[in-house]
Amino acid sequence: MKSAENTLAMAAFVDTRPVQPDAGGHFGPFGGRYVAETLMPALIELESAWISICAEPAFQSELKMLLKDYAGRPTPLFKAGRLSARVGGASIYLKREDLAHTGAHKINNTLGQGLLAKWMGKTKVIAETGAGQHGVATATAAALFGMECKIFMGTEDISRQAPNVQRMKLLGAEIVPVDSGSGTLKDAMNEAMRYWVGSVRDTFYIIGSVAGPHPYPAMVRDFQRVIGDETKTQIMEAEGRSPDMLVACVGGGSNAMGLFYPFLDEPAEMVGVEAAGHGIHTGKHAVTLGAGSVGVLHGSKSYVLQDENGQIREAHSISAGLDYPGVGPEHSWLKQTGRVRYESVLDEDALNAFHLLSSIEGIIPALESSHAVARAIVEAARLPREKIVIVNLSGRGDKDLGIVSRFQTGGE
Amino acid sequence: MSRIEETFSRLRSRGEKALVGFITAGDPDPGQSLEIAKQMCSSGLDLLELGVPFSDPTADGPVIQRSSARALTAGMNMKKVIEMVRRIREFSRVPIVLFSYYNPILAYGAEEFYRDATAAGADGTLVVDLPPEESDELTGVWGNGLDFIRLVAPTTPPRRMAQIASRASGFIYLVSMTGITGSGGLNRDEIATVAKELRKSCNGLPICIGFGISTPDDAAKICELADGIVVGSAFERLIESSPGDGNVAVRVGEYVSRLKKAIA
Repeated sequence: MKSAENTLAMAAFVDTRPVQPDAGGHFGPFGGRYVAETLMPALIELESAWISICAEPAFQSELKMLLKDYAGRPTPLFKAGRLSARVGGASIYLKREDLAHTGAHKINNTLGQGLLAKWMGKTKVIAETGAGQHGVATATAAALFGMECKIFMGTEDISRQAPNVQRMKLLGAEIVPVDSGSGTLKDAMNEAMRYWVGSVRDTFYIIGSVAGPHPYPAMVRDFQRVIGDETKTQIMEAEGRSPDMLVACVGGGSNAMGLFYPFLDEPAEMVGVEAAGHGIHTGKHAVTLGAGSVGVLHGSKSYVLQDENGQIREAHSISAGLDYPGVGPEHSWLKQTGRVRYESVLDEDALNAFHLLSSIEGIIPALESSHAVARAIVEAARLPREKIVIVNLSGRGDKDLGIVSRFQTGGE
Repeated sequence: MSRIEETFSRLRSRGEKALVGFITAGDPDPGQSLEIAKQMCSSGLDLLELGVPFSDPTADGPVIQRSSARALTAGMNMKKVIEMVRRIREFSRVPIVLFSYYNPILAYGAEEFYRDATAAGADGTLVVDLPPEESDELTGVWGNGLDFIRLVAPTTPPRRMAQIASRASGFIYLVSMTGITGSGGLNRDEIATVAKELRKSCNGLPICIGFGISTPDDAAKICELADGIVVGSAFERLIESSPGDGNVAVRVGEYVSRLKKAIA
């Protein structure tokens, strides 16, 4: 056990220098830095700080300590026996990111970036949030590091994610409501970028996903890869072999990149799950990779939902964390190379998975993660019993109880 | 010599400063927008920046965000912006710079944009979210028919200023402050320092200062630091505060005259 723990601790910190992207932050034709000049020097400074500071043993051991003693890592890999039996196909394992401090994988990244901000001497942090999970994780890191914190959140999300708004306030963050556009994650990110343009000299922007301009997509991936690194060790311990399939939901795509990245050079099949909302044909969805086209949004080139004039369209999903018309550029690359298969799941099917997992495993998944569970059920059912499917259970669902009950009231 | 270069060289020889005016194309609607452009051009404007409306203008403050939204609601798109350039060319030789975020150009097609914009009579392009690190994908497929205006910010270090200037043409747009368009708080001393630094590395290219210049007073005190000034949000505020006012174009034109007088 002791040696396993050491392996886990070690695993998170190998290879912090990325192979992809290239020096300019490009994953094939995607990624890059598409921002106003005011921000370019800050991104260049951030990139060089990220590369040099994250390589320092003292930084690594401080982060390692925080991930273990503060965030509660490693999170368990749980064999969902009753779910697997119900499905009647491959064994389904759940990577329990819902058990990380603050209830989602987001803390891995905010502790990483927060600590980097501290090492860089920054005293103020800002963040955008959709579901509020990244906002809570940022507010948490800010409280821990004694930093001033502003969270930009769409007014629509503020109303559907009230418990997380209360948590952020309790943690000492200031909530900046954003009512432009559809009042969701995209608009919150626009406003956070505008604020950063004006405050870039002393403020660190903690982006919550593998999106945004370089170095964010690679940096956030590297802070999230601890999920996949742990999973690799854990499945080897549990089954003595590598998994056959990995499944994770994709909004911006950080939990998926975190799980997938360490497995990219292994044979495991990978499935990214986007939110199909009411259905792609209705236009009310967030299927960026499956139904979008290549464009530039929020500082990087990637798939986006847009009209023929290059105007960004509004996304829709029951899950605030997936309600985003863009996606991290590395996912676009993984789609293009065919390494990852991207599927989508309707609001309704995600809700069914939410109820099923709650009732037969005693685990209430976030609506975001419920999309991954829903697709994993479909995939596992097609596979023989000896196969192993691992689902990233990226967050807990307590925050979603209000939405779920409203949906049921409305639907019945 | 491009029309933009001609304009600056003519102004320089007369010891004058350039007044660059920004409006969002199609705000409040395509018809009125053309009329506004016409009044501006006939009121002493030296260079017109036509903003291509975009759904997610992350470098712009609330005034230009709203103007962009009004134009989009009125059905504006890149094709119509280029058509507007062609219409302006029927009555004016004032140089026109298309000011855009990158995505509308990407969606239109880099080569198609170059072909249609130059054919319509546009003189330059400024793509606010396309730094030199990424701009080859655009300029690499272009000829020399469009000047490529580049931004320098107060946060840009001197070495980077030189790199940017070496790849710019037409003029260099110096952002007056660390902030988005329409922000308050012009700091003349700070701008002077940055402008002086930029002057050393700009290869003789004209420098125009923009962001936060609203009043004739602002214009007068900032113009001495460069070859010209850019005013945008102030015009958009006028347009916004005059809904249904048939005289909005005339009022914008009058404001152009006042600003031009202030920097004379």
